[in-house]
Amino acid sequence: MPPVVRLRSAVCLLGRFPALAGVDLDVAEGEVVLLSGGNGAGKTTLLRLLAGLVPLRSGSAWVLGHDLAEDPKSHRRLLSLVGHETGCYDDLTVAENVRFAARAAGADAPPEQEVLQQFGLTPLCDVVHARLSAGQRRRLAFAIAMVRTPQLLLLDEPHAGLDAEGRAALDAVLAGSPSAGRSVVLVSHELERSRPLSSREVVLTAGQAHGTLPDPERAETKDSRPTLARGATPSGSRA
Amino acid sequence: MNLFQEAALVAGKDLRIEARSRVTAQQILPFGLVVLLLFAFALDPHRGDLTNVAPGLFWVTVLFGTLLAVGRAFSIEAENGARDGLRLSGLDSSALFLGKAAAVAVELAALEALLTVGVVILFNVGLNGVAPLVLATVAATVGLAATGTLYGVLAAGLRVRETLLPVLLLPVVAPVLLGATKAWEASISGVSGDAWPWVTLLGIFAVLFTGIGMLAFGPLLEES
Repeated sequence: MPPVVRLRSAVCLLGRFPALAGVDLDVAEGEVVLLSGGNGAGKTTLLRLLAGLVPLRSGSAWVLGHDLAEDPKSHRRLLSLVGHETGCYDDLTVAENVRFAARAAGADAPPEQEVLQQFGLTPLCDVVHARLSAGQRRRLAFAIAMVRTPQLLLLDEPHAGLDAEGRAALDAVLAGSPSAGRSVVLVSHELERSRPLSSREVVLTAGQAHGTLPDPERAETKDSRPTLARGATPSGSRA
Repeated sequence: MNLFQEAALVAGKDLRIEARSRVTAQQILPFGLVVLLLFAFALDPHRGDLTNVAPGLFWVTVLFGTLLAVGRAFSIEAENGARDGLRLSGLDSSALFLGKAAAVAVELAALEALLTVGVVILFNVGLNGVAPLVLATVAATVGLAATGTLYGVLAAGLRVRETLLPVLLLPVVAPVLLGATKAWEASISGVSGDAWPWVTLLGIFAVLFTGIGMLAFGPLLEES
């Protein structure tokens, strides 16, 4: 089965700055990959590349069977990205924002109520986005991401701003992703929380994927999970 | 969903936002009336001229309203990263264009209805030749909404979009101002036959810019 994500020597420029300077990465179906690295390492740019929001300058990038060099748009309906902003409209209610996203993604009978309940948003259905707290907005962003029933979920610092209940709901989504066949690429600085939820970890530094976490550090959080790096495939091979 | 269902989804979203935020009702419509009033005050010493210049004043005011409506249509996409959300939504870019243009057109239609009452009362204008007058108004509204949406997305990602949009848009819509004014003048003066060539011009303009917008909106949105 082809990987959901396949990057080879992927380069992205932000202006003239190489935000990604030759990244290799494979993500298999149902895999949860944690991207770690310092500020400015290129983690957010990598997520935006996978979503087709920033152009690929050189190398190759295949996401969900689509060549991003040729067509960076067609796969977007199949993925969800939760970034630093919610992507919601201030004057629409929680339910209206979710419904618009679901209908736009082509869901005929979207599981709106189910998703709203999952993220504890049912009591806030009729509240406009502008009146939500930061944590509630974050939950709404996750609800919108999930109502699209994505095959690939891209999360940028997903635990930031969430309370314990919200974090638990998010963790449940991540824990259930392998069995649902949903791949996840997750950027986080909260490694203690994110490592146990991930299949493996890729470290980005200065726009390049490299480095392996020390085994003992990883073993503290998850004994049985494989440890891979440099954007390698689950089998450890690298193109 | 087909193209028109997707466009209806986008238009419905924009109109719901406008209905709830009341920017159109509480800012754009009163702005149009204030402009008409100012024209009436400024030209009062020559009150006999008011009826003659009413069509031009009407459409200049509509142009100002178009700038506000288009600016508003894209400012809601600038909040909370909504533009990226729209790009990721999976909606066809032609549907996005048609939906946003349709919402702008509805807002302009509301403005024009109010301004029509205004020019009848303030400028003592009698509306004759209703058919060409209505068709000219519809074609001009579609043309303004399509052109405004196209140039709106062009300026959307720029920090200077508020000041750049009028500079880009007003010269392009000069034919609409000319055609709609001439068609209204002919209709008001009871010479409807003279209005039809201008109605045709307005129709061609509307179709042309709707087509260009459907083709160009997607690439422009990606670059914004």
